[in-house]
Parts: sequence; C-alpha cells; structure tokens
Amino acid sequence: MSIALYRVDDRLIHGQVVVGWGKPLHADFIVLVDDRVRASPWEQELYRMGVPPGLDVEFASVAEARQGLERWEHDPRVGILLTGDVATIAALVHGGHVPRINLGGVHARDGRRERLRFIYLSDDEAETLRRLARSGVQVTAQDVPTARAVPLEEFL
Amino acid sequence: MSDTKGVIVSHAAVADALVLAVAAITGVEGALVAVSNDGCDNDALTRRLTAAVGAGPAVLFVDLPGGSCLTAAVRHARDRADLAVVTGVNLAMLLDFVFHRELPPAEAAQRAVQAGARAIRTPAA
Repeated sequence: MSIALYRVDDRLIHGQVVVGWGKPLHADFIVLVDDRVRASPWEQELYRMGVPPGLDVEFASVAEARQGLERWEHDPRVGILLTGDVATIAALVHGGHVPRINLGGVHARDGRRERLRFIYLSDDEAETLRRLARSGVQVTAQDVPTARAVPLEEFL
Repeated sequence: MSDTKGVIVSHAAVADALVLAVAAITGVEGALVAVSNDGCDNDALTRRLTAAVGAGPAVLFVDLPGGSCLTAAVRHARDRADLAVVTGVNLAMLLDFVFHRELPPAEAAQRAVQAGARAIRTPAA
C-alpha cells in the first residue's frame, strides 16, 4: 500500500501537508480529490505553485478517485490522498478501501462546533465519522506528525 | 489615487510581527495590515483578506510561494488591476515599500521584490 496518509484538510495543499507531512513521509505524490478543483485548470495551477519539484500532484474528482484508489494503493511511490471535507472522504470509503483517516484541519463554519482546536464538525459530519469508525476505519485527528494522533472517541 | 496599502498574509503571527518591526524601525504607522491564516479554512481566510484589503490599491505580501496564504491572495487579486501579489515577504522589502507607497501596485510590487532580494546575502564572516 503506498498511500501513507488519507487526510481531510479544508486548506487542501498547504504547508502542513507539503512540508509537515510530506517531508517525514518522503512523499512522492499527492492526490487531491475535489470536484471543484478538478474542474478548474486555474485552481490546479494555483495549488501546484505550493508543491516543490519532485512531488507530483494529481487532481481527481470523487468519481475518478473511486476508480483510481487501487492504482494509487499499488503505486510503488509514497502518496498522500487529500480531501477538503468529511463527505468526500466518506464517499471514497464507500467506493474503495480507505483503512484510516487523518483529520488534519476542518475549520469553523455555520452549523459546526469545536471538537478540537483544529477540528470543527457539524452533527452530521460527526455521525458520518462515527459510522466510518464502526465500519472499521481508524479515524484520528492530528494536524502535524509531531502531535499526538487523537482517537475519534476522545473528541466525539 | 490613494497610497498603495501593504497587506501581509502569513502563517501564525509572522505578519503581525513584521508590521510591528516596520513601525519600530521607521515610525511609519498604518501603511501595513496583517492577516494571519490561523484557524482559517480557505473561505475564512479570503474573508479576512477581503476586509483587510478594502477598496485598494494594495500589494499583498505573502510569506510562502505556495499554500493557503498564496492561494487566497492570488484568488483575491485575480482580475484586479489595483492589486498585486509578492511572495517571500521579508522585512527589507517592507521597509522599502512603506516609503514608496505612491507607486501603483504593480510597480510597488516589482520594487519590493528587488529590495527584498538585495537583502538576501551571505556576508563574509
């Protein structure tokens, strides 16, 4: 399996992902799963600007990611799969094999409340994560690798 | 046309610290505004940036040449001739900028890039 990190982070490609996780994991590629970004070449170019040479980026819609999961998991390189919200990663769990989820940054919005300093969830999002955990997916919250991975049951 | 404003967009408290340092060195107040991405998703950061920029004109000084701060800045400046974006902000470029705010944003940005680059050296020990 070559996807070393399945991450939910609403800032998508940014410093914590590229440097914080990418360096210690020795990541070779990032898959960004987001329907809006997939449809916008301009947005893709913007996100590519934050990625150093040698780190490949692939943009996928949710539908494409469902098809691509097996290929990325068997890629000999090390990868990070990134989504911007809980609903998207949940769609991938149902469509493929996602063994664990790292909640890295889900920020405040209407309808959400604080669960951890960097994790705000609506009740629906919380229930989705509980359901994924019950189905066998390991769900933890951890913004950077040097922090402790907080198990779901500690903040929900 | 009003003076070009400087808006520093950074991780954590870098922008705040730069604003304080420029004021301490130059005595110039109100030329720079700090925006932190702390606790923000992309939409929230864009709202902070929009409030800081106001009507413009402005140069958006971003800390890194990629990531959430740059993404928000470039999105905000897209299709606006009264805004320009500079990455890799440093104190030297801001010290130069605050004394040349009469320049339009594109020229002020180019000048800031040159001033910032000149400050990066390896002095002899």
